[in-house]
Amino acid sequence: MKRYTTQIVLLVVVLLSLGISVLSGKFDAYYMDIALNVGINIILAVSLNLVNGHTGQFSLGHAAFMAVGAYGASIFTLEMSARLMPLLGGPGSFATGVAFLLALLVGGLCAAVCGWLVGMPSLRLRGDYLAIVTLGFNEIVRVILQNTSGDGVFGGPLGLKGIPPLTTFFWVFAIAAICVYVVGSMVSSTYGRGFPAVRDDEIAAGSMGINTVRYKVTAFVVGSFFAGLSGGLYAHLRTTISPEGFNFLKSFDVVVIVILGGMGSTAGVIIAAIVLTVLNEFLRDFEQYRMLVFSILLIVMMIVRPQGLLPSFPILNRKKSA
Amino acid sequence: MSTGLELKDVSISFGGLKAVTDLNFSIFPGELLGLIGPNGAGKTTVFNLITGVYTPTSGRISFNGDSVSSRKPEGITRMGIARTFQNIRLFSSLSVLDNVRAAMVMHLKHGILHSLTRGPAFLKEEGSVEDEAMALLDIFGLKDACHANAKSLNYGDQRRLEIVRALATRPKLLLLDEPAAGMNPSEKDDLMKLIRFIKERYNLAVLLVEHDMKVVMGICERIAVLEYGRKIAEGTPKEIQSHPKVIEAYLGAAAVVD
Repeated sequence: MKRYTTQIVLLVVVLLSLGISVLSGKFDAYYMDIALNVGINIILAVSLNLVNGHTGQFSLGHAAFMAVGAYGASIFTLEMSARLMPLLGGPGSFATGVAFLLALLVGGLCAAVCGWLVGMPSLRLRGDYLAIVTLGFNEIVRVILQNTSGDGVFGGPLGLKGIPPLTTFFWVFAIAAICVYVVGSMVSSTYGRGFPAVRDDEIAAGSMGINTVRYKVTAFVVGSFFAGLSGGLYAHLRTTISPEGFNFLKSFDVVVIVILGGMGSTAGVIIAAIVLTVLNEFLRDFEQYRMLVFSILLIVMMIVRPQGLLPSFPILNRKKSA
Repeated sequence: MSTGLELKDVSISFGGLKAVTDLNFSIFPGELLGLIGPNGAGKTTVFNLITGVYTPTSGRISFNGDSVSSRKPEGITRMGIARTFQNIRLFSSLSVLDNVRAAMVMHLKHGILHSLTRGPAFLKEEGSVEDEAMALLDIFGLKDACHANAKSLNYGDQRRLEIVRALATRPKLLLLDEPAAGMNPSEKDDLMKLIRFIKERYNLAVLLVEHDMKVVMGICERIAVLEYGRKIAEGTPKEIQSHPKVIEAYLGAAAVVD
């Protein structure tokens, strides 16, 4: 029993989110919406934490991968799902669910492929090249999407509208739980000790037989995949997406969550995602000062608690041998 | 084929500076070779050539018949050559145990997908890795500190952990870069015992680059002496101590006359 504890916890969270999802009609729609935002931000932050926190690389373009996932999933739903319905056994909640899952996976895989293409050349180098490359990639994705034709599949500067609202509490939190599980298990395994080794000292890691490039690319591709999934969820929650929604400021928001939560601390990052998303809602009346508040928060944190809310420790606590 | 490490006519130049010129030496399996020389003689350059940090301008470095040069550092470690660092480079945010586990990554049969499915075979391997790491730490007296942060150890223990971490890669040749640097005399004695012990126990070849003559003369079976990037002498500690060129290099030409 004990060896499967982590899987059981995962299953419980997934079932719990299914339960809450079924009862979602009974909750206030406004609070449900905030909860879904929290979940999407948890996926974004935990996946970025794998790259920035655990592996010590600095990606500033998480929103770009979210955009790729959002567009990939939305276009799949808009173009393909009507055609897929008969194959999946006709219109019905099961067929819709499977089609949505496929759409999310398509979005995630598109983002992962982009992550690989961006990561392969820039992660071969040591140093801060990734920050510059991802910053540029974020702008490239946004500008390309903005310059597509208004009647094409990408919808041009106005983006896509009329995406079916398929995102429910279940989808968001099941995927958030899977994301936490995947990142946690990866990092805490012996294989995964390579990630912090690369972060702490890349030269020493190489000398210990660790293939540093492969580790960095793996972290980046997995991080991009989950960013893509969160993009798909976001698109099917808001029902409209536009290139402007995935600009640099969105990437910056995620970086702030990771830094406040504590680089390399999954639990800390989850707490920060909750706190900052809720804070965002409270600051809605002071929209123009939002970045001001975040920046001050960041500066204060850097001075008072540079290691983040929680120090880094593996979320899946390993047995302590005597 | 087990011929150990062989350097054949190895040279490297940085711009116009010839740091190492036509260097030849070998380390046979199970041998403890010392590499000494005055400051700036090229000892660290040789070390960096063997570990893949630099690529030789000409010449060939081979280990058990396979070429070492042109491989990346991790590829060289996979050939069975492990190293320690002159300025300690532990994984400072990891525990003592995890430092050792990280060095065992390349021997894992299970990869990233197995860490997600967490099947019985994966968990068994995780257990055996931890057992092996703990056994190594136990031998070096670091078992009690296994959950402590690596950087919280004292200096001598950090040096020892570096050696444990290098041993965890299961090397056939261990390269030690100035392991006695910054140690007091009693720590140096312990270090000499330790090096002798690991050499016997793991049947390792060891290359020791060291400044401290007492340590080098005390444990090396053979010593090669570098000066200005050239090998000026090679022999047993006794031969080296009385070798006129070595005395000249260290003490100046006048000393030879007496």
